[in-house]
Amino acid sequence: MTYEELERFGDELDGVRQRVLDDLGQADADYIRRVIKVQRAFEVLGRVGLFFPFYWPVFVAGIAFLALSKILENMEIGHNVMHGQYDWMNDPMVDGKRYEWDIVAPAQDWKHGHNYIHHTYTNIHGMDRDIGYNLLRIDDGQPWYPSHRFNLPIAFMLMLVFEWGVMYHGVELDEYLAGKMSKEEFQARKRRAFRKIRRQLFKDYLLYPALALPLVPFTSWWVPLAVLGGNVIANVIRNIWAFNVIFCGHFPADVQTFAKQDAENETRGQWYLRQLLGSANISGSRLFHVMTGNLSHQIEHHLFPDIPARRYPEVAHDVRRLVEKYGLQYNTGRLSKQLLSVARQLATLSVKPDDPYLVGNSPESKALRRAQRERQRAQ
Amino acid sequence: MLGSRAVAGLTSPHSVDHYLEQLHPMLTVSLVRARVVDVIHETARASTVVLRPNGAWAGFLPGQHVQFGVEVDGTRRVRCFSVASSQARRDGMFSVSVKAHPDGYVSQFLHRHLRPKTIVYLSQAEGEFVLPAPVPDDLLLLSGGSGITPVMSMLRTLRDTGHRGRVTFLHYARSRQDEMFADELDEIAAAMPRTRIVRVYTREPADGVEPAGRFSAGHLDNLGIEPAGTLTYVCGPAGLISTVREVYDRLGAADMLRAEYFKVPSVDVDAADATGTLTFDDSGVSAGNDGSTILRQAEAAGLTPAYGCRMGVCNTCAVKKNHGAVRHVISGEVGANTDETIKICVNVPVGDVSVAL
Repeated sequence: MTYEELERFGDELDGVRQRVLDDLGQADADYIRRVIKVQRAFEVLGRVGLFFPFYWPVFVAGIAFLALSKILENMEIGHNVMHGQYDWMNDPMVDGKRYEWDIVAPAQDWKHGHNYIHHTYTNIHGMDRDIGYNLLRIDDGQPWYPSHRFNLPIAFMLMLVFEWGVMYHGVELDEYLAGKMSKEEFQARKRRAFRKIRRQLFKDYLLYPALALPLVPFTSWWVPLAVLGGNVIANVIRNIWAFNVIFCGHFPADVQTFAKQDAENETRGQWYLRQLLGSANISGSRLFHVMTGNLSHQIEHHLFPDIPARRYPEVAHDVRRLVEKYGLQYNTGRLSKQLLSVARQLATLSVKPDDPYLVGNSPESKALRRAQRERQRAQ
Repeated sequence: MLGSRAVAGLTSPHSVDHYLEQLHPMLTVSLVRARVVDVIHETARASTVVLRPNGAWAGFLPGQHVQFGVEVDGTRRVRCFSVASSQARRDGMFSVSVKAHPDGYVSQFLHRHLRPKTIVYLSQAEGEFVLPAPVPDDLLLLSGGSGITPVMSMLRTLRDTGHRGRVTFLHYARSRQDEMFADELDEIAAAMPRTRIVRVYTREPADGVEPAGRFSAGHLDNLGIEPAGTLTYVCGPAGLISTVREVYDRLGAADMLRAEYFKVPSVDVDAADATGTLTFDDSGVSAGNDGSTILRQAEAAGLTPAYGCRMGVCNTCAVKKNHGAVRHVISGEVGANTDETIKICVNVPVGDVSVAL
């Protein structure tokens, strides 16, 4: 691919984007409102169902509905609204600036790490903090530390408590410790995180169980505990789902990562290309796409993060046509295939590499990092 | 009860209204909504929209305005309109009267397409352009064109509350056909003996009627009004207001004058050069538009707005644009909605623009 071709590729993608923007209207507004309506209905059904633990089918349905509601809220509504995808509606309910989602991570800090850092510097080592979340070794450009032997079990644990991982990631303790963030900024992040945690815990694990207290005389002493348990399970189901969708978006084996110098002075075409090569799709049914917040169209989302997600399936046709025209790579596959690829990556990269420079605490690697730090300081 | 903290805890992080409005859009605790009861065509170019607000509406004072939002093609378009009806209205309804401005998307829509039963989105009534309590004995209500609406609300309220002071209602319109509320003003003139209703038609003056022409100090003499002793409310186009202000300043009566402009967005979207003034409302800073992105201009003006990618991707820099039009640097598209969210890193101002920064 020549540079001229690359810029034409970028222009054509700009054209795809503009066609969608010109066509936005009532149907898109109706769609997001319908999703919100369904989500609220599921939430109410779920919360009510949890008050019937002595009748297990209703209780189980309650957990399922609450989990579904949280999945929809986080993925098709929260994530997409906070990208500003529906700002054009000028409706405060779907305003990307004001939206706060039903998860322990505060919107503001998540938006910084995700919308800005991750979406601008996608898959660039040292810039995109989403590569392995400083916890897992998921790319062979990452240095290896002994803890990475436990890549798979750590990933499994992270899956169960994913919302807490997202929150912790947003606090950016590592950035603070590396001296890249001021103390005030870090304290503010901590405060926001604690406030959000308090509210989320209070609601799910205190207020709703407490509402079940009046039922105790008529039923049994453990009913409030069951409500609490139901909330825990619903949150964990949401965590598992979100984790799997998100890990399939950037961590399958064929996805590429980049070095800082690859991405310096990028043109629009180059930026598009990096987004394309740095993301992976999951194929599936329409319902599946809705449940993933259309992040199953991760490629289209990364090319056009601010157009309404319901447009990604139609945009994907254009993108695939362009990808074929320019002979580029389009990483997609079924959920099982992508998950397997991710798991294999995690397993493979947990092994200590032969290259001593990639072993994070080897003398060579340490010297390399020291030299890098000095170079940066000299600049 | 629905507005209590306990309920807010149950619905957190969303508001109670986000759940209630799923049942019915009018069923909200703090978001003001209203149903259109009637659309009355006042003149060929002006309409009155009668509204029944929901329980969240806290009422208004005569002279105040509301942010009026109506949804067209999935986008909520918001404009500021004065309340025109009497505060003493007992049926819980109120009205706004709107002149269809040739470039005014919302006013045109209201005039031509708005139908009864439509639900509209409102702010609470706002504005300092209101009568004092108690209302002084001598009062001059001065208006030009569609500036009549807030003072009409004052006049109607004074009528309905049996005000006995001396009120002069002086209105400038192009002709009687262009004048809103013409018949009602005649009725009020007959019903309120101490109130004088004076209409000056600038294009088609009636024979032998004084005063005539555009407003001048002579008009006040003509009507026997002593500015220093008359609390005066003026609303209308900028030209009228500045003339009135000069006259009052000259006569040492500036502190008796209360003025309100109505903003008519006039945008030359084809202007090749950067024109107009970029105003940062929250910080009270303004600068001549230099044609670069709003983010760059804000930084050049010494502000430090939040930003991220600087390429229109991450939405970190999104802010409310309060007034005016902007052009997207990539798509070239021009947006002129009031109260819309824009990304300041990829938008340049077109003419006068004010943003919430």
